[in-house]
Formats: sequence, C-alpha cells, structure tokens
Amino acid sequence: MAAPKNRRPGYSRRAQYGNFFSYIAALVGLGLGVLLLLVSTGNSGAFSGLRGAASDAGAPAGTVAASGRTASQGLWATIAGYFTHGSRVARLEQEVAEARVKLAEQSALKEENARLKALVGLTEGETKPVAITRLVGSTSSSSRRFAMIGVGSNQGVQTGMAVRSPLGLVGRVIEVGRTSSRVLLITDSASSIPVRRADDGIQAYANGQGDGILRIKLAVTGINPLKPGDAIVTTGSGGIYRPGQAVAVVVSLTPDGALARPLSNPAMTEFVAVDPLFEAPEELPVPAPEGQ
Amino acid sequence: MAPPLPSLLREIGKRQINRAPSPILAMSVPWLLVMLGSLHPTWPVIASAPVMPPIGFLLLVAWQQLRPGLFPVWAGLPLGLFDDLYSGQPFGSAVVLWSAAMLGLDFIEHRFPWRGFLLNWLEASGFIAAYLFLSLQIANLGGGATPLVTVVPQVVLAVLAYPIAAWIVGGADRFRLIKIREI
Repeated sequence: MAAPKNRRPGYSRRAQYGNFFSYIAALVGLGLGVLLLLVSTGNSGAFSGLRGAASDAGAPAGTVAASGRTASQGLWATIAGYFTHGSRVARLEQEVAEARVKLAEQSALKEENARLKALVGLTEGETKPVAITRLVGSTSSSSRRFAMIGVGSNQGVQTGMAVRSPLGLVGRVIEVGRTSSRVLLITDSASSIPVRRADDGIQAYANGQGDGILRIKLAVTGINPLKPGDAIVTTGSGGIYRPGQAVAVVVSLTPDGALARPLSNPAMTEFVAVDPLFEAPEELPVPAPEGQ
Repeated sequence: MAPPLPSLLREIGKRQINRAPSPILAMSVPWLLVMLGSLHPTWPVIASAPVMPPIGFLLLVAWQQLRPGLFPVWAGLPLGLFDDLYSGQPFGSAVVLWSAAMLGLDFIEHRFPWRGFLLNWLEASGFIAAYLFLSLQIANLGGGATPLVTVVPQVVLAVLAYPIAAWIVGGADRFRLIKIREI
C-alpha cells in the first residue's frame, strides 16, 4: 500500500505540529509504560483495584461462556467415546471391582481413624467452602498463569484462600474484586507449594513451570525415592494450603525430584470451591522487650 | 482478501448516491475491535500453558498494515493500558511493548512503503515473536520464572493465526466504511 499522506502534511502549520506532537505523545506513552512497569514489578498489588474492577466488568460474559465450555468438551468426549467404547468398558469394569475392595478397606480405615481421633480428643469438622463457582477465564496468552473465578468480596472471598476442585488443588486467590477474583494457578512459575508423597511423607516442593507441568523438588536430595505414579499431596506447612489435599501425580523422574501432572486440569474443571483461610498453628509469642 | 459481506449488510450499503460512511462507525470500529481482542482472557478457554495468540496485538498489527495512519502513533498507550487490565502481565507491559511496536511499524511503513501480503506476514511475524519473548521477560521480572522454551508453541500459533487476524480486520474495514449516512 502506498505511503500514508500524513507524514508530510504540506504547508499547514497546524497539521505539521499535530504530526510532531503525535510522535512526542507516542514517546511519552513509551516512557509512561516503563514507569508503570517499574511500579508494578516493584509492588505486584499496585494496580489490583483497577484490575479487579475490570475483571468484575468482564466476568458476566465469561460466566455465560463457561457453561458452553464444559458442554462443548462433553461433545468431543462423546464423539471420542464411540471409538474406544469396548476396551474402556472392560477396563472400567475391572477398575470398579478393584475400587469396591478398596472402598471396603477405606471404610474400615475411616472407622479406625474416627476411633483414634475420639481417643485423642481431636475434633475436626469438615471444612465448609466459602463459595462454589465456575472458573470464568484464564490469562491464556500470557506466560503467567492466572484464572478468574466468578465470586469476589461480596461473597466473602479474601486474598489467600485456597481454590480446589473435586479432583485436587487448583490454586489460591491473589486479588479480589467485588464479584470476581483472580486465582494464581498451581502451574504458575511463581507458585511453590510444600508437598509430600501421599504414602510415606517424603517432603518436597511443587513448583509450577508455566507449561502445565509441576516440578517436584525434594527437600532432601540424594537418592531419589520417587516413582512414576506416586501421588503428591500438600503438607500444610507454611499455612496457606490445608494438609492432605491432592495436588499431582508423578509422571517422570529428574535428578533432583520429578515432573508431575496436576490432578485438577483447570480446563476440564467445571466447578471449583473456595476454602476459608487456613489457620496455621499459632507461632510462639515473641517476648516483649523489657526495660524502657 | 476481505470476506464477502452477508446479504443483509450488502443491502444496507447498496444505495451509494448521496450516502457517505458514518464517521462514528468509521472511527470506533478499529478501536473497539482491538479492545475486543484484548478481552480474550475472559473467553471460555482455561489453559494451563500459554497457548492463545495475543489477539489484541495481532489485530493492532493487522490494522496498522491494512490502513497505516488510521491509528495515531500514540494508540499503544490507551490500547495497551486496556490490554494490561486483562492480560495477567505486570501492569504496563503492554503499554511499553505496544507503544514500541507502533513506532516500529510506523518506521517500517515509511522505509518500505510497497509490500505484498507475504512481506506483511513476515514483518508481523517478527513483531509477534519479539512481542511474546519480551512479554515473557517482563513477566519473569515481575515474579515469574518461566523458561523461554515455553512460549515457542505460542509464537508458532500466533504467526499462523496472523492471516486470520488480517482477514477479520479486512472484514471489519469493509463494515466500518459502509455508506449509511445520508448527506
């Protein structure tokens, strides 16, 4: 296409100045952007109010669309199901048989657990979620992994609350608007969760990589005891996530730990629950300085 | 390259004599389309890895190549601010990168005025790749630690999606210039 006419506007002083100042404005915009970046990287919560208001405005459309998302995935699963029907039925029947046995074992364990807890005098109620909502959207083009949920401070959501799906941990709330909030997914590269192996409690950290895989780093390195298929759950230390919540399954091993796949794939999750703030065991009171 | 219009819209623009494009439509459609593209984090795609092309940026580049000079050179500031509200990047990231991209596109436009679509695509690919890699660096400055390899699939997808963005912009350009105002 031919060059636009507005670069050399002719003899009109007004047009010349207008042109000149638009370039000045562009450079000012660039400088302003750098300034904003300096402020926001120094203090990540700096513009959270603005973002909260913006996501409140965008959330209703997302909520409508979210129901379509799960429906369309159901459609694909239905079509795929025709091709793998026979083998899946056989496999599922076997799994059901195994699961029945396990269920019986579990109920025995539960009974024993309740008995032991009563013995110790420990009463632990089931945690009731603050809200149950849909995942409305995610920052799918940024390398940071945030999602939006359709509840906010009006429903009692606070910063720091854990978000989980029936399958496992999804993330935690980092910014709250009135009717929507922003969730840091566990796969974000800034997310680090203290975890343990479900069977024996080997301590590790689950760090997000930003690509949907968690990197499990053992707290004590040396011999790597992990195996593919190990279940990873939270330890609850650090006081953000409740202990014993399912996080991921080990897929492959690395020299200092493993790569693990999160159990709750956010794309397949329809509803998520926001848990109340987890109260970590109180720290020892710091003795007040005497004298003065 | 622009798609054919639906028959209803064609009827609207049929009477050409003593009709002119509506200035409101002609001015607002480009801005609204880019802002709509920036809203894509509220679309029903929940991704556990960065896969979606940066749609707002693609549309901005496509507008700039189809109609150079339609957006003022400083358009990166307001449009980038809007994009930052939704993108999840550190605030100000799109303001910087979109302003720089507008200046870069403007420079290339005046240095190499005659280009075909393939050359446009090549130019846009360079801008898209640079934009995504710099966005990653900025996100890492703001607290992330994502390796560079993570965005490579996204770069490929975004480069492949660019002709679609250009097609959409072509359609929107025909739409905004429909002669509906009576003189």
